[in-house]
Amino acid sequence: MLLKELTEAFGVSGAEHEVRNILKREIENCAEFRTDALGNLIFEKPGKGKKPKVMLAAHMDEVGLMITSIGKNGWLKFDTVGGIDDRILVSKTVVIGPNKVKGVIGAKAIHLQEPKEREIALKSKNLYIDIGAKDKEDAEKVVKIGDYAVFDSKYEVMGDLIKAKALDDRVGCYIITEILKKNYDLTLCGAFTVQEEIGARGATVAAYTLEPDIAIVLEGTFAADVPDTKEEGYSTTVGRGPAITLMDKTFIADRRLVDRVLQVAEQNKIECQLRRTAFGGTDGGKIHIAKEGIPTIVISVPCRYIHSPASLTSLGDIQNTIALVDALIKDFQERGI
Amino acid sequence: MELKETLMELLSAEMPSGSEVKTNNCLVEIFKRHCDDVRVDKLGNVIGRKGSENAKVKIMLAAHMDEIGLMVKQIDERGFIRFSYIGGIDHRILPAQEVIIHGREKILGVIGSKPPHIQEPDERNKALKSEDMFIDTGLSAEKVRQLVRIGDVITFKRKPVELLNGCFAGNALDDRAGLAAIIYCLQELDKLQFSAEVYAVATVQEEVGLRGAVVSTYHLCPDIGVAVDVCHGNMADVSEEETQKLGKGPAIALGPNIHPKLYERLKNIAEDYKIPYQVNPEPSATGTDAWVMQITKEGIPTALISIPLRYMHTTVETLCLEDIKLSGRLLALFISSLEENFVEGLRCY
Amino acid sequence: MKELVKKLTEAFGPSGEENKIREVILDEIKDYADEVRMDVLGNIIARKKGAGEKLMLAAHMDEVGVIVTNIDDKGFLRFSNIGGISPFTLIGERVVFENGTVGVFGMEKMDDIKDLKFNKMFIDIGARTKEEAQKKVRIGDKAVYYRNCDIIGDYVTAKALDDRAGCAVLIKVLQNVKSPRFDTYFVFTVQEKVGLRGAKTSAFGIGPDLAIAVDVTKTGDTPESEKMAVELGKGPAVKIMDRSVICHPKIKEMLIDSAEKNNIPYQLEVLEMGGTDTGAIHLTKDGVPSGCLSIPTRYIHTPSEMASIDDMEKAVELLLYVLEK
Repeated sequence: MLLKELTEAFGVSGAEHEVRNILKREIENCAEFRTDALGNLIFEKPGKGKKPKVMLAAHMDEVGLMITSIGKNGWLKFDTVGGIDDRILVSKTVVIGPNKVKGVIGAKAIHLQEPKEREIALKSKNLYIDIGAKDKEDAEKVVKIGDYAVFDSKYEVMGDLIKAKALDDRVGCYIITEILKKNYDLTLCGAFTVQEEIGARGATVAAYTLEPDIAIVLEGTFAADVPDTKEEGYSTTVGRGPAITLMDKTFIADRRLVDRVLQVAEQNKIECQLRRTAFGGTDGGKIHIAKEGIPTIVISVPCRYIHSPASLTSLGDIQNTIALVDALIKDFQERGI
Repeated sequence: MELKETLMELLSAEMPSGSEVKTNNCLVEIFKRHCDDVRVDKLGNVIGRKGSENAKVKIMLAAHMDEIGLMVKQIDERGFIRFSYIGGIDHRILPAQEVIIHGREKILGVIGSKPPHIQEPDERNKALKSEDMFIDTGLSAEKVRQLVRIGDVITFKRKPVELLNGCFAGNALDDRAGLAAIIYCLQELDKLQFSAEVYAVATVQEEVGLRGAVVSTYHLCPDIGVAVDVCHGNMADVSEEETQKLGKGPAIALGPNIHPKLYERLKNIAEDYKIPYQVNPEPSATGTDAWVMQITKEGIPTALISIPLRYMHTTVETLCLEDIKLSGRLLALFISSLEENFVEGLRCY
Repeated sequence: MKELVKKLTEAFGPSGEENKIREVILDEIKDYADEVRMDVLGNIIARKKGAGEKLMLAAHMDEVGVIVTNIDDKGFLRFSNIGGISPFTLIGERVVFENGTVGVFGMEKMDDIKDLKFNKMFIDIGARTKEEAQKKVRIGDKAVYYRNCDIIGDYVTAKALDDRAGCAVLIKVLQNVKSPRFDTYFVFTVQEKVGLRGAKTSAFGIGPDLAIAVDVTKTGDTPESEKMAVELGKGPAVKIMDRSVICHPKIKEMLIDSAEKNNIPYQLEVLEMGGTDTGAIHLTKDGVPSGCLSIPTRYIHTPSEMASIDDMEKAVELLLYVLEK
């Protein structure tokens, strides 16, 4: 199953090749593609060449760790890549580098701690990964400085939801591959981007290259519909359909476009919601101000616990997002922008 | 020209970020000795070309010419000068520092603060903040007003010193060391065969936001960009894992900011030619010109070579001259190895 | 000038929702520009033809505000800020939406007022239920301070002087310039308050040879204020540096020389926090030598910003001289 394969693949910012290779294989028969200097996978599906030219974007990279040094005892020091809450790191299994070496992030046993110590959150700089190496030399046989590590986490079905790492933004990648399998008269182009988690860097150059008439960014966004959060803090709700962004820290949507999306959703009876927060950022932040500006829509699948080893989302929301994007493209095809 | 002389000549220019256009002539002169053609762009970046124009491979080497400094913010009624920062400065290095104010003429000043005798005992345990400090020129208020305007730049007085084992200390070595390495590389290229079109760029305004590299990379749009900057050298109170060792050769960066094939090539060349090197993992922003070079236009394959430097952004930055040499030599051998196929391959993932 | 400033500052225009202010500005400039166009983000680009180099003049038309993020069952609105607003500024304030709906800020019970954050506050529009609220306001709607512009002697106090003061200066320059020595583009930018976004795309579209932004700057002339050598009423300030730009010496000297030759009072500005459109413009393409002329303004980003009409008029005079020499 593609979504399983995508979420289980390695792809920390700067080392997205596993994800890229899966996507290449998936779109080989339905679109032309190439890579650029940063590693974005740029695709184009000419259709019948009709205007407008629609760009689709989703990022391939995920947050993770990078090995920064190997200690005398064979322990690995690391730094985080992208926004990870240091407090989630302790007591997790990770997979490191091209050799897929397993390691654990340990912590001092509770027995050895002073009561006061427990009140202080552990910082990544105080943590290390143990791969069971005898010493530095032993560790260096399988791990190199600069290797990336990801959480060791499998795709699993949990009731109506699924659990996986990297749903942000492999759900977006998955949705685009599904859209590319359909046929339209207008030209679809776009990019599976790199390095979103460290500043939407892939999208910056991809939008510069593609010059579309309009862009749709597909994301996995945070859903805070959990206990101890009041409803006004939910931002998005899992199971209520795709979420449309009005504003985040990098982007203010054109209200006319948002209304258009809502209208298309209503006509096609697709449940969708507004993203009810102004925090966060996506590739859309860079795309909409590329060159002279590109009209941009950001649509996200709500996911709980993003940037952790176990995020949750709804397959129904993913299907609804595909349906919405499909309907939207058809609408652009018929009525223009 | 000996490396040390080059470095001293580079250090002679005082160039806090934003004021480079007034003093970058010195760099134009130095570049002219090593390049086929030298120009200055709209924001003051100095761009030297070596090698035939319109070659199949175009490479840009960038090191920033600017240095951190201070700026006149206010002049009080008695002629004491309040200042603002240019670039990232630890205010704890400022007390009792000698500075040069670049007014209508150069004026020597001393950074002063309230004397310890009249401070409360617990005040002394706290670091002085910039608003607690001022510059004293010894001149009358009237004279100060004549010579100094708000917005005039201030530099730290140069006091370069040689230490043991080829070590060298002073201010502005970040990133004149990088420029020295690029010049050494240009000299080495005279002894090697190379087919690339090489652009040596001394960038402006790196310390305030990598600004010179943004526009110069857009302008040149090279096939490969290499930033040459400094990285933290090993220091007594910092863990070994966070630093690179002085005298052990250039630090070659890897991470999202770096094209993996460029990293591999640099590493292989260092190994083939027995140039000592260190690996510098950079999980995210490198804080160097490489960070913006990479996302210029449609994207530029980028690499970063760093010279280990202790006590960065103080007036006693310390490095090992040998590291500059080794960096320059590595760069030259790398350039000499470049051919069209390799460059084309950089866009294939 | 006074009437223009009043008209501009009282218009509605938070970042991303600049329709109303755009209409006001278009109305003022349409008879004076040779060409007027809008770009994708909504910037107004008005050209006054001239023979020389391309000069871009920029002032941003957006203002700070709030955006509705949630409407609860009882009809209270939760919100987020647009641009740099302090929650403390909002206590007791009123806002107005584009459709004229007025709301007041309320806050949850707190043990210590220092804990005040936006998520502890809400907007009350007098609705009794969610449905009633939704008839007036939708999620994503934006609001700005509800405040009149008052002229107090030579000073003016109003919301959004940042940067309608700059817009007023640009409008007056455009209305009075006869034959500029530059091919001049008057740009009224959008979304400055959220990251200089309009300036970035408009500068890319125009590709100017040089640029001058007109924006507001802080002052150091109020009791126990921060140390800064800018005062109200002492003339426009030539910017040397802020967090987004160190102005190009060529433009800086051009402004200073023009002021000195014409005995126009001016000040020099070193701003330690904050940025302006110049920051985005000067890094466009292969670089644009750029500067900024600032209108000294107190209490920036509050509903009662204060500036001097005379400083604005002097800024117009200075820019006209720069354009026509």
